[in-house]
Amino acid sequence: MEKLINLNLKVWRQKRPSEPGSFQEYPVKGVSTDASFLEMMDQLNEELIKSGKDPVAFDHDCREGICGSCGFMINGNAHGPLKSTTVCQLHMRNFNDGETLTLEPWRASAFPVIKDLAVNRSAFDRIISSGGYVSVNTGNAPDGNAIPVPKQEADEAFAHATCIGCGACVSSCKNGSAALFTSAKIAHLKALPQGQVEREKRALKMVAQMDAEGFGACTSTGACSAACPKEISLVNIAQMNREFLKASLNRKPEVQGGDLA
Amino acid sequence: MASLDSKVPGGPVETKWTNHKFNMKLVNPANKRKHSVIVVGTGLAGASAAASMGELGYKVKAFCVHESPRRAHSVAAQGGINAAKNYQNDGDSIYRLFYDTVKGGDFRAREANVHRLAELSVKIIDQAVAQGVPFAREYGGTLSNRSFGGAQVSRTFYARGQTGQQLLIGAYQSMMRQVEAGSVELRTRREMLDLVVVDGKARGVIMRNLLTGELEHYEADAVVLASGGYSNVFYLSTNAMACAVTAAWRAHKRGAYFANPCYTQIHPTCIPVHGDNQSKLTLMSESLRNDGRVWVSKIKDDRRSPLEIPEAERDYFLERVYPSYGNLAPRDIASRQAKYRCDEGHSVIPGQSAVYLDFADSIKRNSEAKIAERYGNLFQMYEKITGENPYKVPMKIYPAPHYTMGGLWVDYNLMTTIPGLFAAGEANFSDHGANRLGASALMQGLADGYFVVPYTIGDYIANNKIEPVATTHEAFKEAHNNIDKQISQLMNIKGERTVESFHKQLGRIMWDECGMARNEKGLKRALEEIPKLREEFWQNVRVPGDANYLNPELEKAGRVADFIELGELMCRDALERKESCGGHYREEFQVDGEAKRDDENYCNVFAWEWKSEKEKQALHKEELKFENVKLATRSYK
Repeated sequence: MEKLINLNLKVWRQKRPSEPGSFQEYPVKGVSTDASFLEMMDQLNEELIKSGKDPVAFDHDCREGICGSCGFMINGNAHGPLKSTTVCQLHMRNFNDGETLTLEPWRASAFPVIKDLAVNRSAFDRIISSGGYVSVNTGNAPDGNAIPVPKQEADEAFAHATCIGCGACVSSCKNGSAALFTSAKIAHLKALPQGQVEREKRALKMVAQMDAEGFGACTSTGACSAACPKEISLVNIAQMNREFLKASLNRKPEVQGGDLA
Repeated sequence: MASLDSKVPGGPVETKWTNHKFNMKLVNPANKRKHSVIVVGTGLAGASAAASMGELGYKVKAFCVHESPRRAHSVAAQGGINAAKNYQNDGDSIYRLFYDTVKGGDFRAREANVHRLAELSVKIIDQAVAQGVPFAREYGGTLSNRSFGGAQVSRTFYARGQTGQQLLIGAYQSMMRQVEAGSVELRTRREMLDLVVVDGKARGVIMRNLLTGELEHYEADAVVLASGGYSNVFYLSTNAMACAVTAAWRAHKRGAYFANPCYTQIHPTCIPVHGDNQSKLTLMSESLRNDGRVWVSKIKDDRRSPLEIPEAERDYFLERVYPSYGNLAPRDIASRQAKYRCDEGHSVIPGQSAVYLDFADSIKRNSEAKIAERYGNLFQMYEKITGENPYKVPMKIYPAPHYTMGGLWVDYNLMTTIPGLFAAGEANFSDHGANRLGASALMQGLADGYFVVPYTIGDYIANNKIEPVATTHEAFKEAHNNIDKQISQLMNIKGERTVESFHKQLGRIMWDECGMARNEKGLKRALEEIPKLREEFWQNVRVPGDANYLNPELEKAGRVADFIELGELMCRDALERKESCGGHYREEFQVDGEAKRDDENYCNVFAWEWKSEKEKQALHKEELKFENVKLATRSYK
């Protein structure tokens, strides 16, 4: 049943990337336990606006746990205390009356703070554009059933493809590594026949881009997978390393000009 | 008044598109490089259009309001995508998908567009599979299907309850590949605040850079709006928070007619409202009605637990009223029946409206594991939001605003009434008539983006002499100054009420008077209240912070201002359409609770032309001709 609780929030406030930030304390009173965490934040923001203060900025959109927009640290946990739950799907019934919650933006130098709890995650887009696709122009496709895909492989590909690109993995990693994100895409496309042609090139390019973006190295602590709201498996990272190694050993020079003529 | 020219090509409906493609002028590959196209929005329609045009060689400038194109609201579509593959050997065909869609739309869609959509549906599945979209498969490796409302065949392809996510990622990856190739320039966190029209043609946009507050100018030879729908006019809807009518509305104010704004879809299966501070509603996919049964107690105000209500005292009202379609009755109809039950006092939540969606029978028939495999993520989402386990107790659901069939008027080429301005996906009005069938939105967005716009834009470019235009042109300056003025006006009101409070109030008016059921009295009441709300908004809204940096409240204020104007037009449209059809249900026009169309007077599209701030929009009509599907009373009984 619905209850009303009071909370004490310590929120990271930072106006701009260039300005220093600090924690500010805000009491929030009469929060419905049926509300989502972001609805509680809305309530705080409405109060801040009414009292002439600047509301807390945070990214959010679908509020159904699928778009990947939202996410920040709650008491040191990415997306809060609940397993496989984004912060928009986290409900206040999971908190106690009188609790103090510390909210801070994703912690990673590759995700610079824009304002308050909002960060810049465009590095993820650049990792995808470096090779996270099948190169097939519109109109080229054979019939959808032309290549049978065993159910198990299709299910496996799907499991990797459910990554929402929220960045919880990076923020939970002590090295700020994007290995879970990158490996999920490599594993998704590797599991399908359509992904085979560019398999090696993809692994080489995506790993190179990941490094170029300034993400840290993976030391296999597994914090990423534990924090992942979509339960992306840690095994993907081992697969990525294997793909990368194999591709590095197989690397062939591209045929240039009319050598074969 | 002359009927609007839809430019539908002649000949039999089956060959219109093929012939039209042949008759189009082409732009040769070397010349494509010299032409640029702006694409606003990167959901299914926008991302697929940007990717496909980039592949063809056009210089594409793509924009999204989000921090990444992958956040677009298409990502949240759950259940599936229709295609007339007939893989199940159950009698499906392009013609049947065409027929079902025309009928499902209550005979208020353009036949030629719908047939093209059905034709293209099969290519979409092929394209997505080739991209690596992991659709559900059978043990033999073939693609799996399920059923959706309004159809008696299984033609819906799906990826568990995340079909939209998977299709969007497919389109997004294709677009990112073009970004890498240099044919698509992508700019994120940009909101389109005006369309720039030069010599009567759409030639550019003004974008607000949401990070810096700067107003940026972009020019191109043509502009594609793929900016989604406007369900957030109701405040509470299943749409994401950033979904807005702003891009479409600003284009409307520059001369693009807005068609059938009152055609909105109220989806039957959403999680009911929990309280006043609720920010949005969550959909429970229509696919659940494959296995779930909808019911209420036959006894009014029955406060027993659903598990204690014996079979004989339950009213499975969809199965009772529509025996041949049962729980898979189309959305408008299923929603209305749920409303009737609640209005009669059979709601399953005291003081609120809700009905049960029960899986007990299918769990018994199939096992809990099988149901979890089909809908696991939805059940999990339901439990997170409500705190109840739907494997053990029935879900409680109620209709909520979900999709808008209305949108910018477009001709057969998806071009609006402004030459060079195209609208794709939910932003246009074209294919769903007065009610959209489930799993057809993904189909339409991708058909428009992959297979229609890339062709018709070429024809437009080849047929029109498009002179170069500078972003310092007078038209850019004028648009820039207007927006600048509007933004400083919003910042300087410094009133007492938050943007949110105005949005909530508008939503309440729209839901009460222009929601699942409408009548003359209520619509007239709304038409008195909305202008007052608009006036108060411009005198009493409070926008905190600065305009020159990230300011979500300022963004919201602009969007709510547009929603208020749209709300008024929706009510006028609903008032003017003196019939019931699909999602537009006028209580005065009904037969035993079913929509009563008036084909003699309203077999047409309403398209509204913006006049000025002081003058009301003028109504234009496009007559609809049904040459293939016979106009009939839509029956699912």
